[in-house]
This record gives sequence, C-alpha cells and structure tokens, in this order.
Amino acid sequence: MTSELTTGQRQAALIFLAVFAIGGLFLAAFGRADPIAGHGWLVLVFALLSLFGVLTRYYDPEPAADRSGEYYDTPVKVGIILAMIWAVIGMFVGDWVAWLLVNPNLTFVDEAWASFGRLRPVHTTGVIFGFGGNALIATSFYVVQRTCRTRLAGHLSPLFVLWGYNLFCLLAVTGYLWGINQSKEYAEPEWYADLWLVIVWVAYLVLYLRTLARRKEPHIYVSNWYYLAFILVVAVLHIVNGLALPLSWASAKSYSLFSGVQDAMTQWWYGHNAVAFFLTSGFLGMMYYYLPKRAERPIFSYRLSIISFWGITFFYMWAGSHHLHYTALPHWVQTLGMTFSVMLLVPSWASAGNALLTLNGAWHRVRDDATLRFMFVAAVFYGLSTFEGSFMAIRSVNALSHYTDWTVGHVHAGALGWVAMITFGAIYASVPWLWETKDHVVAASRRSPLLARARRHPHLRFRDVELWHHPGPYVAHL
Amino acid sequence: MFGLHYKLEKKALALVLAIIGVSSIGGLVEIAPLFTIDQTVEEAPDMRVLTPLELAGRNIYIREGCNACHSQMIRTLRDEVERYGPYSRAAESQYDHPMLWGSKRTGPDLARLGGKYSDAWHTAHLNNPRDLVPQSVMPAYAWLSRHQLRIDDLQLHLRRLRTLGVPYTEAMIENASADAAGQAAPNTDRAWSVAERYGEATNIRDFDGQPGAPTEMDALVAYLQMLGRQTTIADRPVDEEGAE
Repeated sequence: MTSELTTGQRQAALIFLAVFAIGGLFLAAFGRADPIAGHGWLVLVFALLSLFGVLTRYYDPEPAADRSGEYYDTPVKVGIILAMIWAVIGMFVGDWVAWLLVNPNLTFVDEAWASFGRLRPVHTTGVIFGFGGNALIATSFYVVQRTCRTRLAGHLSPLFVLWGYNLFCLLAVTGYLWGINQSKEYAEPEWYADLWLVIVWVAYLVLYLRTLARRKEPHIYVSNWYYLAFILVVAVLHIVNGLALPLSWASAKSYSLFSGVQDAMTQWWYGHNAVAFFLTSGFLGMMYYYLPKRAERPIFSYRLSIISFWGITFFYMWAGSHHLHYTALPHWVQTLGMTFSVMLLVPSWASAGNALLTLNGAWHRVRDDATLRFMFVAAVFYGLSTFEGSFMAIRSVNALSHYTDWTVGHVHAGALGWVAMITFGAIYASVPWLWETKDHVVAASRRSPLLARARRHPHLRFRDVELWHHPGPYVAHL
Repeated sequence: MFGLHYKLEKKALALVLAIIGVSSIGGLVEIAPLFTIDQTVEEAPDMRVLTPLELAGRNIYIREGCNACHSQMIRTLRDEVERYGPYSRAAESQYDHPMLWGSKRTGPDLARLGGKYSDAWHTAHLNNPRDLVPQSVMPAYAWLSRHQLRIDDLQLHLRRLRTLGVPYTEAMIENASADAAGQAAPNTDRAWSVAERYGEATNIRDFDGQPGAPTEMDALVAYLQMLGRQTTIADRPVDEEGAE
C-alpha cells in the first residue's frame, strides 16, 4: 500500500498516524478508570502498527507521476481480503452462539465475555458491518472506477476509509466483549465509535463524489445511484439514531437522547433502514454491475431500474414501524409502516425481476458458470425474502411472527441468501480480474462485441472497458 | 418522467439532493409528530424514577445484552395480556434512555417481572438458570455476585439523565452513590433516606443476600424487581382515562 503513495503522501500518513496514536494514548490515560481505556490502547496499537507499516516502506521508489490512466485497485484488494477475514470471524461466532442456544453450558468459563448476550452482537456486527461493509466498500471502489472510467480521486483517502472503517468494526466487537454496548440493535457501538464512523463515512462520501466528478461517462450508472444512496442514507440514519449524551469525555457510557416510544420509533426507523440501505441498496449496486457483466448481457430494463431505485429509496423509510405492531407506538404509525411495507414489494420485485430477466438469453451461462450462479441464487433469495418481509409486516401475520425465531430466519434468508451470495459472486468474479490469475476474462471479452467497440476507442487506456451500461443501448433494448 | 431522469443521472449533486429529499419524507412524517402530539405518551402522574441502584442494574442489563432475548413490551394481544399482565403503555418507558422494548423472546417478556419472584429466586436463577428452570437456555451469570458494583460515578449518570428530561432532584443527584449502597443495606440510616427520596414503595433489601458493599447482582436484581412498578397507569382502563 505504501509503495503506491508519493513521498508527500507518505509523510502525511505518518503525521496523521502519529496524531492518531497520541489520541489513543490520551483516551487510555484519561479513561483509565473506565472500559474506554481499553479502546484507547487499541487505537494506539492500531496506529503504531500502521505507522510501522508505512515506515518500513518509506524509502521504496516513488510511483509514476501520472497514474490517471490506471485504476487504483489496492484498496479493493485489501477490502476483499478484510471482508473474507470478517466473514470467517462473524460466521464462526454465529455458529458459536447457535450452539450456546443448544447447550448454554458451552461457555466453558464463568466469565462475562463468554456469555451469549455479549457474543451475539459480535456475530451480527461481524457479519453485517465487518463482512458486508468491507465487501461494499471494496466493490464500490471497484465499480465506481469502471463505470466512470476514471481512477479513484485520491490515494490516501481510500486507504483511510477502508482502515478507518475496519477500526470502527474492531472497536465495536471488542467493545461488546468488554461490556460496551448501547443496546440499540445493529447500532450497539458507543458514542465515540459512532463519532469515528461519522468521520470515516464523510471521507467516503467525499471520495465517492470526487470520483464521480471525474467520470468520463456523461451518465452515472445505476450501480452508483445505489452506492450513493447507501452512503448518504446510512449517514443520516446513523447520526440521528446515534444521538446521545456521553457520561463524560473519558467514559464509554452514554444515554440516548430519545426515550420510550420516540426512541423505539427512531431505533426501528434506523434498524429497518440499515436493512434497506446497508443490506439492500449497497448490494443492489453490486448486483447491477457484476450480474450483467458476468452474464455479458445488458440490464433488462433501464426504466425498471429507475422505478425500483426511487421506490426503494422512498418506501423503505416508512417501513420501520412494522417492527412495533401492537406496541405502545400510536396505531397510525403502525398502519403507515405496514402499508408501505406491502407497497415495497413492487420496487423490490422490480429489481429482482430486472436481475433475473437480464439472465434471459444467458441461462446456459448460469448453468455453466458457478460465479454467475451465486448471483442468480442471490437474486432469487432477494425476491423471496422481500416477499416474506412484506408478508411479515402485515399486522395479523406479525402478531404471530414477531418476537420469534421466524424473524431470525427471515434475516438469514436475506443476509445469507441475498447479501452473502451476491458478495460471493462479486468476489469470485473480481478476484481473477484483479489479481489476473486467469486469462479467461480477456478470453471471454474477446468474444464479446462490446470489446470490439472498446477496441475502436484506443484512447481509453483502461484494460477493462465497460460499455454495456451506457444508457443508450439499454434504452434501445426496451 | 424517464426523460427527466435521463438528465438527473448526469448530475451527481442533483442526484445526492434528490436521494436525501426522497428518503427524508418517511422519517419526518412518522417520527417528528411523535414529539409533538400529546396523546403519544399518556399522563402518568404517579410515575417514579429509577433509584441509582436500579439504574446501575439497568445499565448491567444493557451491557449484558439481555434485551437480545427478553422484550419489555407486552403487546395488546389477549394471549400476552393473560400471560404477562396488562399491556405496556407508552408512559411506562418515558424515562428509558434508550428504551428496551426488545425484538426477540428467547426468554419471556420482562415488562411486569417486578415482585413476581423473590430476591432469592432471582439470585439463584441468575447464578444458574437451570437450577430453577431445567429447560432454560439462559446463560449463567454467577460472576455478577463476584463483581463489586461501581457506584462512585452514579451522580454523573443521574445528572446526565436529568439533562435529558428525567426528573431527578438535586438531592437525588448529590446522594446517588450513598443511595445505591443504602438501598441494598436495609435498616440503616442510608436506607431510610432512600425511602424518603424515592418513595415508600421503593424496594429496600439486601437483594443478593450477601452483606457488604453492593454487588452487580444486587443492582440487577433491584432493577428486575422494579420492572413494571414505576406507575400504576397500566392497571387503569383506557376508557376511564379518555373521560378525563
């Protein structure tokens, strides 16, 4: 990573990491009577290791002066590796807590960290934010460059976003084990980790917008609408739901600004839209790039993508109150939530249908290509779990399903069937493209009429040119 | 419409503004009125605040993720009312920053747990749930009895909650640490002043049965024994209240 930075960027990285290390030391010193001290030390170690990493490569030869003709894929590669590490951690802990439900004595030790209540959020955070988040960041960096035919806008900031995000995940899961948990589901990390994520997320948005601004395509491709919605709305949700008053600057504990019914509604507005904009929008962005690319078919319908994008962005934000049927939440809010959840089936199936119909004419590829089959399975699961979700949001169904393992099962159909499968498809597709371990990409593309068009544009110095997505062809396709 | 979009997708900032605009409507319509419509949270004049010991217990409940398996929200369904008691009212969690309504019942709802079992039952159950409920899959929390409760920072906890609107008095805040110890030490002067400040209905007992400074077990049991006992609003029929 360091060898791709210029000397100036290496120096900037060193200064930033030094300041960051001192920040960690301050946190450890002032919070020494509080669990937050552990996180001070963690930040310090994280910063020192990164500092060491930069220093060992400090005198490496500088990269070429002008690299605007190449993609910046190092953060993508690192992100994919980190996503796989988190997948192993998150799914292992998930298996572990499942066994604890079979036999609660499997904790083996009579210690706080080993109990189900502390391990469970390690599983959910590890899988959703560790595995899913890293996959989203990595693929968004990959996709935005290809669909804009430009290099990422920056060298330090993609690394900052990636490693900063992973530090947040690390603060989150270690915090749970040490008893730092603000109880809000899927937003368990405490205030200082939340603040850190805001900084990282703003850097992510700025990087994304700056890259879009450099694009050489007049149109912003549909994947990027979804990635943008993911970045923007997750920021809004995270900030509003995370509003809290810390006990002090040197304490991990905080009290939510909201209480009771308002807090419940804010939490599930957040919670359900973490599903919508983290686990749906972002991964739809992934699907809209990798699935047609792998199938070598243009997206079935441009108009369906528009309808489904704005439908999802609008309807989902109303649906959170279906988590609170028959509770003390006013009845009118519950009814609104239920109504919009049912309507949500339309844009959801528009996307699932768009994906499956894109495969029309490429079924032999689905049969022969395991990578594409992952994406096909993901699209089917997406359709099925959004149907199930709309169904479960109906008040009388919810009376039965709420508070039970049906919800847990539903989440797994979505998270494993949809999110993980589309990610596996995307990773299986991009790893050989990135590391160039196989020549089959070029071989496959050589047969493609699209590459023939690319060859007519020799001024494009990119080795992997995407043209299928240009709105022209798929408008014509209608 | 599609022609308009054809133009919109050429402008990144317009797309950003459109996404923010379209996505904010739902939250604004559903959440903002909950802060302004009076009927959202009914009046509960007899509502009392958590004592420092109960608050410390609540923070342990949060820290251990108890809300992942236990709800504190009895829905307006007959089977739930028959099993757990009157359905939960919004006023009952109005001082809960954050709320602990929960979303999963691996174990039972706890909204009206207070007073249902003895302190000894709770201590034994937390020590090893299977001693009392053979089929339980709840983790054992035996180590709670070994952990001294941190009470020196409770003043700050109460002060922060008062900033957020929980009606703690200055006397409650000043004496928070002493009150936490006093609530678990019955028949002492400190215990009398807890009753004075928080009301005669406050449970003042040696919750974990071990003399000495309060443990985390004391705090958690004190919290569990208080659940559903902050107000009697749920026992009053809704019609009567509507006539007021």
